[in-house]
Amino acid sequence: MREVAVIGVGMTKWGELWKKSLRTIFVETALLAMDDAGVDRIDSMYVGSMSSGLFVGQEHIASMLADYLGQSPVPSARVETACASGGLALRLGFMEVASGMSDVVLVSGVEKMTDVSGYEATYALGSAADQEYEGYHGITFPGLYALIARAHMEKYGTTREQLALVAVKNHCNGSKNPLAQFPFEITVDSVLNSVLVADPLRILDCSPITDGAAAAIICPAEMVRKMNKPVIKIIGSGHATDTIALSSRKDITWLEATYQAAKQAYAMADKKPEDINLIEVHDCFTIAEICVLEALGVVKRGEGGKAAEDEITFLEGKIPVNTSGGLKAKGHPVGATGVAQTVEIVKQLRGEAGERQVKDARIGMAQNMGGSGGSTLVHIFERE
Amino acid sequence: MTTPSRYWREIPQRYRLEANKCKNCEITFFPPRLICPQCKNRELEPIKLAETGKILTYTVIRVPPHQFVDQAPYAVGIIELDDGVKITAQVVDCDFEDLKIGQRVRIEFRKIFQEGESGILCYGYKFVPE
Repeated sequence: MREVAVIGVGMTKWGELWKKSLRTIFVETALLAMDDAGVDRIDSMYVGSMSSGLFVGQEHIASMLADYLGQSPVPSARVETACASGGLALRLGFMEVASGMSDVVLVSGVEKMTDVSGYEATYALGSAADQEYEGYHGITFPGLYALIARAHMEKYGTTREQLALVAVKNHCNGSKNPLAQFPFEITVDSVLNSVLVADPLRILDCSPITDGAAAAIICPAEMVRKMNKPVIKIIGSGHATDTIALSSRKDITWLEATYQAAKQAYAMADKKPEDINLIEVHDCFTIAEICVLEALGVVKRGEGGKAAEDEITFLEGKIPVNTSGGLKAKGHPVGATGVAQTVEIVKQLRGEAGERQVKDARIGMAQNMGGSGGSTLVHIFERE
Repeated sequence: MTTPSRYWREIPQRYRLEANKCKNCEITFFPPRLICPQCKNRELEPIKLAETGKILTYTVIRVPPHQFVDQAPYAVGIIELDDGVKITAQVVDCDFEDLKIGQRVRIEFRKIFQEGESGILCYGYKFVPE
């Protein structure tokens, strides 16, 4: 396998981008990544998109986006594993470059979520759960994570305040990220007094509806060395699945797909959790970050809630988590999220993260999850 | 989005609680499966679900999908039935404040939602406290 590196990244300001179409958001972002990499052409591309069909009524976006990026006839594929689609795009691009099939590959993700009403967006997101055996009974995505949260609180004594602290931390980091949808701080009180969505989760426990894209250019590490640019290598990649229905799992509080994907990534990278300097995790809801940290082996099983309380995951803590602001503050255009995590890790490892820079960051990890945990991608990056 | 064929084909599960069980490792699956994920055995026998169980976890949905707007707020739980199967369904005929993990419940046949003014009336199982 060839060594693979990220040579360019791109992301534009996320939010409710009413003036911009899916293709415009995508092309603006992909061009930023190409400019950052210093390339004007690519060999192939992958686009992560969870549900362009339900959000904008447009399928077949791989060809459309290759065309509008001025890159036809290069091969282009849209890939989908719900909210983990972006992470999957990265993995497939990584495999293509590692195998020697292609040299310069664009990996990207895009979602345009505000062209539909809130109800339709809720429906589209709900299609990542088991439609016949979960959705049929009126459960929503906040509802599924609320079921996990209640079980975690009962089993491990995780508190409502610990959940709130995850959102407070991520907003604090997000306030230092000018591209974030909600770049401002919040307090524990504001979380605890925000409107209930699905008990015990409140609106400030939930990531928002967002329009946005993210892109990265990956290529053989040798090529980056020759160009005298910072070499940010992808040294580990893992991908695993679990049951789509939450109720089918042995332990509702345990994210087995995340555990399995992390195990693969650690083995490939020959690293342990304590070797990692910073992590971007899939905090679609506050409880998700807590469970993910346990499954990644960063904290012991059941101690995810304490991680935020003890501030070990804060920017100045032992292992900063979601320095970008996470899905909570940065926004969550579902298909783009996995690639945006790569953008953040690369900026951090290059020392370009500004006010939120983690000192001496050399090894970073990204965990991107689909549905209630039915798909997970984990990647580990290292600055040479 | 429920069409007659899509609704009709799930009736054995939603009306009659038809599940199946791996003949080798004796795990019960709902909905029924063609292969046991545990031992990969393809010989499974039909079985009916237990009708009682306990609440493993629950939530109260305050922001519902559009078909459920007239029902919100409503409780949804994951119930562990006495045969070990875990299923997701609404818990009704109770005050939210009285809900607790471990509480005994039983299955009842109820209307779940209706598809607009002229669409299908969708039925299935819900849980009520024992």
